[in-house]
Amino acid sequence: MPATVRPAAEWELSSLIVDAAERGKPVEVIGAGSKRGIGRAMQAALIISTSGMRGITLYEPTELVMSALAGTPAADVEAELAARGQMLPFEPVDVGPALGAPSGRGSIGAVFATNLSGARRVAAGAARDHLLGVRAINGRGETFKSGGRVLKNVTGYDVARGLAGSWGTLGIMTEVTFKVVPRPERTATLALLGLTDELAAEVMCEALGTPFEVSGAVHLPRGMAGRLATPALRDAGQAVTALRVENLESFVSYRCGKLRERLAPYGEVQRFDGDVSLAFWGELRQLSVLQGGTKPLWRISTTPTAGPKVVSAVGRYMAVEAFYDWSGGLIWLEVPDSADAGATDIRRVIAQHGGHATLVRADIGVRAAVDVFQPLDPGVERLTRGLKAAFDPAGILNPGRMYASL
Amino acid sequence: MSSIPLPEPSPDVLARRATIIADLTALAGADAVISDEDGRRAFETDALTAYRRMPLAVVLPRTTEGVSAVLRYCHANAVKVVARGAGTSLCGGALPAEDAVVVGVSKMSRVLAVDYANRAATVETGITNLAISAAVGPDGFFYAPDPSSQLACTLAGNLGMNSGGAHCLKYGVTTNNILGVKMVMMDGEIVEIGGAHLDSPGYDLLGLIVGSEGQLGIVTEATVRILRAAEHARPMLLGFESSEAAGACVSAIIGSGIIPVAIEYMDKPAIEVCEAFAKAGYPRDVEALLIVEVEGSESEIDDLLGRLVEMAKPFKPKTVKVSGSPAESARIWKGRKSAFGAIGRISEYYCMDGTIPLKQLPSVLTRIAEICGGHGLKVANIFHAGDGNLHPLILYDANDPSESDKAELAGAEILKLCVEVGGCLTGEHGVGIEKRDLMRHQFSDTDLLVQMRIKSVFDPDWLLNPAKVFPLAAQAAFGEAA
Repeated sequence: MPATVRPAAEWELSSLIVDAAERGKPVEVIGAGSKRGIGRAMQAALIISTSGMRGITLYEPTELVMSALAGTPAADVEAELAARGQMLPFEPVDVGPALGAPSGRGSIGAVFATNLSGARRVAAGAARDHLLGVRAINGRGETFKSGGRVLKNVTGYDVARGLAGSWGTLGIMTEVTFKVVPRPERTATLALLGLTDELAAEVMCEALGTPFEVSGAVHLPRGMAGRLATPALRDAGQAVTALRVENLESFVSYRCGKLRERLAPYGEVQRFDGDVSLAFWGELRQLSVLQGGTKPLWRISTTPTAGPKVVSAVGRYMAVEAFYDWSGGLIWLEVPDSADAGATDIRRVIAQHGGHATLVRADIGVRAAVDVFQPLDPGVERLTRGLKAAFDPAGILNPGRMYASL
Repeated sequence: MSSIPLPEPSPDVLARRATIIADLTALAGADAVISDEDGRRAFETDALTAYRRMPLAVVLPRTTEGVSAVLRYCHANAVKVVARGAGTSLCGGALPAEDAVVVGVSKMSRVLAVDYANRAATVETGITNLAISAAVGPDGFFYAPDPSSQLACTLAGNLGMNSGGAHCLKYGVTTNNILGVKMVMMDGEIVEIGGAHLDSPGYDLLGLIVGSEGQLGIVTEATVRILRAAEHARPMLLGFESSEAAGACVSAIIGSGIIPVAIEYMDKPAIEVCEAFAKAGYPRDVEALLIVEVEGSESEIDDLLGRLVEMAKPFKPKTVKVSGSPAESARIWKGRKSAFGAIGRISEYYCMDGTIPLKQLPSVLTRIAEICGGHGLKVANIFHAGDGNLHPLILYDANDPSESDKAELAGAEILKLCVEVGGCLTGEHGVGIEKRDLMRHQFSDTDLLVQMRIKSVFDPDWLLNPAKVFPLAAQAAFGEAA
């Protein structure tokens, strides 16, 4: 196990990076390390964690903005927001438990560096959509900022968003500033049972195409539904298609009523309120149905209507179990163990339907052997290499984590 | 208004003009190339009309491949290119150069595909902003970003500037509503990024491209997010005796957990002019007016507006007026959306676009009045209050050259003030030439270096939209170091 250093200040981090760049020594960059199991494994002599840089540095609830040092636990951020009746708009998923790590450990910097958004993404946008500004240190050890602390800002290139989803390979964020939103007064869940994947996608697209601001649309085929912790939705022994409606109390009733009318042709629409509803969406944020397993796990983004087709096509090559989020467009797919975790077949299917697939959980050997992140088209790959060279010419920041030769 | 320096054109390129035009004509067809003086004059400026430069030539291709062929030629022959949508930029973002070819996308304006189930539409980027909503409107959908120029401005320009609008408090700006693009690189390569699915694999190239002011490539097609429109929408007017009261009321509303779809602020001079023009029913006896719009069913709207009226009471509004009909709502928005045009009827003005933290509003408005007063100029203020985007309109006499120079000076002082109080130089209009040399007030040398290196990745020879965004001295230093 290489040494882990936790710089407490930007200058300290900067000098570490300058030193590493001069020696050409690779550095593994982490927050709390809760997502370390994702991506290709690295052999770095040094691990740098941002967890020494903690604290909320700005919070203006009436301006919907918060800043925090990158190592601040996301749980602390969410607790502070909850105390003022607000929340992160994009409901980040906690992938830790599905990878065998404890829950609730991730840092706020890593939330943005990995851009892993949860169920609300389909309505509210991704983590990257709410990132307003960053301070960061690139692979040259230079400290820079981009964006700011106001909601509307087009001054210069949007470098902050460019760092979102780059998994620490372009720079190390030291402080992030992001938009927050009010927490809804009420949450209700409408559920239909026993739908096929195709019908479920149709129902979810129909619901998201209404004016009733559905803020979550998930489908769990029977096998996955049986893994739920919420008894009300698990015990029917059938596939569960669930829609979330959030707003002021009286609005939720009206909107649920309208949606039930609209969806009546698809079958009985049950409504769950209060703790049951919150528990259901809460466990999905923890990816409860994917915990405890060790089979390879893929995260696939495609269009909602293509979702069931992708699963069915991959299913012709191997036995799969899927859980659909984002109206059917985000697929969490468990596949049998194999030398390439099904990568060849899955990527062939994706090429046909559009989208991208990331291998989220697999043995370290498999992750070293296959492309964990979606291989890029030649034009995009050229730009990707150019950006990597611009930010990190010595190639020391998380080398190989996203792509073998990058 | 002429103090912004522009580089001297390259004599070498000017000397090759006839050859370049002949080559472009052979490449793109005579009907796509404009080379005569009268024709080119229509492209010599954008909405920052004080600055004019006759382009070397104008090419209006009809296909992505056509754009690719032109860029490949220009790249091979070291000719600069200025991309153009409708030319509505307020910051000189589309200003041509004498030694540059303007490549416009205005003849590429088709809707290519609409996919309601997946809530996406693929369009050519020469389409106007409003035409996207018009194409999906009959089916109850819309494209959310709504800049005031939406009748004329193109999606291409919106992508370049990451345009916003009055309703982005709820729906976000351009970058939040783009799923994929087809882009032509300066060397002619056609790159596709993203698609109809959510989130791109790898680096967030879309994030870098949107808002890059036409300096990284020319986007010819885009897949945009379309949204189902709310059942109904209704605005109300809240008039206050001071900017402090209006600003505090906005804070109270947002802090309460209700996010209206728009909160627009107008000061007294802006109210006067807009009311005279649009007869919107704005109160003339208040110092500050808020237009607050909410969406939902009719009963939800009644409920929300009732709550907002209660919330406003502690700030002693002089006017509380809920729109009574769709016609009245339309008039209220017409007044606001035609503000720039209405003020333009009474005076020349210089439109600024800073963003400030909301709670700084009263002190910033006081300082703006002092700055403009110090130059002997009047100012009207329009403010997207929900997201802090401030548009001071500095009025000046176009017949007096010294007045327009003063307006430019006052504008620069106002933008520096926005940065000082924690905001930024531009919220939705872009940097262009206008704010190029103010960038140092917001960014350090390293901040700018990081951005300029990105430019070099996409356009190593710096041929696309030259002399914009980055201070000329910084560009020169970067070029020497490279």
